[in-house]
Amino acid sequence: MTSGNKQPMVQFKGIFKRFGNVVAVEKMDFDIEAGSLVTLLGPSGCGKTTLLRMVAGLEEPTEGDIFIKGARINDTPIHKRNLGMIFQNYALFPHKTIFDNVAFGLKYRSVSKEQIREKVTRALEMVRLPGVENRMPSQLSGGQQQRIAMARAIVIEPDVLLMDEPLSALDENLREEMRREVDNLQQMLGVTTIFVTHDQREALSMSDKILVMKDGSKQQEGHPETVYNEPANHFVADFLGHSNFIQGEVIGIDSDHITVKIETGDVLVAKNRGGFSTGDRVEMIVRAQRFDAFRKDGFTPQEGMNSFQGRIKDRSYMGGEVSYFIELGTEREIHVISLMRTRIYNIGEEVSVQVSPHHCHLIPLE
Amino acid sequence: MKSGNWKPWALLAPSLSAVFFLLVIPVCFIVVYSFWLRAPSGADIPAFQFGNYAKFFEDFFYPKILIRTIRISFETVIVCVIMGYIPAYYFYRSQSRYKKAFLLLIMLPFWVSFIIRTMSWINIMGDTGLINHFLLKIGLIQSPISMLYNEFTVLMGLIMYLLPFMVLNIYVSLEGIDKSLLEAARCMGCTEWQAFREVTLPLSLPGVSAGCLLVFVLTAGTYLPPMILGGPSNDMIANLIFKRVIGTLDWPFGSAISVILLSLLFVIVWTYNRYLGINQIFKSFQGN
Repeated sequence: MTSGNKQPMVQFKGIFKRFGNVVAVEKMDFDIEAGSLVTLLGPSGCGKTTLLRMVAGLEEPTEGDIFIKGARINDTPIHKRNLGMIFQNYALFPHKTIFDNVAFGLKYRSVSKEQIREKVTRALEMVRLPGVENRMPSQLSGGQQQRIAMARAIVIEPDVLLMDEPLSALDENLREEMRREVDNLQQMLGVTTIFVTHDQREALSMSDKILVMKDGSKQQEGHPETVYNEPANHFVADFLGHSNFIQGEVIGIDSDHITVKIETGDVLVAKNRGGFSTGDRVEMIVRAQRFDAFRKDGFTPQEGMNSFQGRIKDRSYMGGEVSYFIELGTEREIHVISLMRTRIYNIGEEVSVQVSPHHCHLIPLE
Repeated sequence: MKSGNWKPWALLAPSLSAVFFLLVIPVCFIVVYSFWLRAPSGADIPAFQFGNYAKFFEDFFYPKILIRTIRISFETVIVCVIMGYIPAYYFYRSQSRYKKAFLLLIMLPFWVSFIIRTMSWINIMGDTGLINHFLLKIGLIQSPISMLYNEFTVLMGLIMYLLPFMVLNIYVSLEGIDKSLLEAARCMGCTEWQAFREVTLPLSLPGVSAGCLLVFVLTAGTYLPPMILGGPSNDMIANLIFKRVIGTLDWPFGSAISVILLSLLFVIVWTYNRYLGINQIFKSFQGN
């Protein structure tokens, strides 16, 4: 039992999953708080879906235990787990009406006919599709089918809602809308949700907690802001957002700052979050959006800020923002995404770039 | 007319002409023949009269054979569905890497002549066949048991011939079922059996019905199993045609029976297409 006052809804303890010689999930220890929305994030093949399917019972862990509400469920058959699962392709029964699809789980839960009708109606209202009971799934659009899949999963009042890349089959605009809808619905119902995605924006915008995975093992877990701003390693920093990686060596430490001498010979300052000592080889991570670019003429660096000189090597205009690749003195270039508070710079133009130590995050060099 | 419209027709031309010259025209000949008269001398006299059809329905002898044909066809269909669903389902669920090889084995019988395959039952079940030989040898019986030349052996021959069609049709239909549908059913509280009943079975019915139609039509038109494995009282309609045309050279009457059989099958196929759609049959030949 955990020391906290609240017992986690789902717990993974030392989970391994092997398919033959392939390790799909490796030594996974992870708790999911009741009522929270947790995202399993990672590139395809990282084991996130396997982990989700193990909760559902569709895969068995090779080693380790899974607990729901404190009870070990490894040996509980799939149909007795009381979980709601939403599949990437919706998996609506094509031969059943929407009513029968949504009522499906209730039919196996000794609910009276009247109550089924009532619950189905309410679930369809919740996903904002009332009155489609008599239609067939093929008569609905992709987004509507996804809503029905959601209604079908929540109508049984599951202990945990499992979503396997539910939005990835939808087009961009609809995905955004559905993302907010899933988020609202989850908060309204307060149902513990595990959401699998490879889309960082989905993960960052919806989650209470993100679990970043790679090659079956946990890379980092934490609040979206923590994972984004303080990535635990190179992979996490690279996978989420656009990052610049600058290698260097710690040459000085005071209570607030760590001074790092980088490859180019320049000296940069990062905020001291602890954990490093002089002489450590480090990698400095700076998000592309954290840099500010200025015209070179008449630029004076602000006190306490890191600054560089460079030349615009390449740029791409992306509507809301401009993405620049800026060549520094040497071989090195940095990626800067500017929200165009100043004018758009031309290729070949000399610029000064500035970034606050606060936005320079250090990780040990791998 | 847009230029380039000729291309599909050019590509279709060989098969269309084959169908036209080898199927449509002969069938027209048969229809025409069915109205002709047969002189007592044996000569065919061109005419337009319904005497041949009247003869068929004149007493109960011929309609009885038609009814027997329909009955045997239904029996074959039912046994093929039951015997075909099980292996098809097994292949569908199988994770074995030899699955493709197993499916090939289902096709294996097609590599051996249908006549040879049918005749081989005589070597197994005949009076001097394998089974009788064995039973005599171990002394269980004193004289051979007569097992052949009854409706049971006819049915057996038909099933042996038609089962692969049923298995393949059902298999393709099963293979087309999205496996996440089953997982969804399981997650919502179905046991494996309930999930089969709710999802797998209903979604495989198109394949089952396509297999049924194919088996029915093929059974109703076949004459070899009754001829080789059946007795005189097991004749089906195609045997009757064979005997009239080849045996007594009565082309007009043989043609009339053919037209009756053709009309019966047409009604069945038309009804099927009306309610279930014929497309499903082609799916099983497209593979996945």
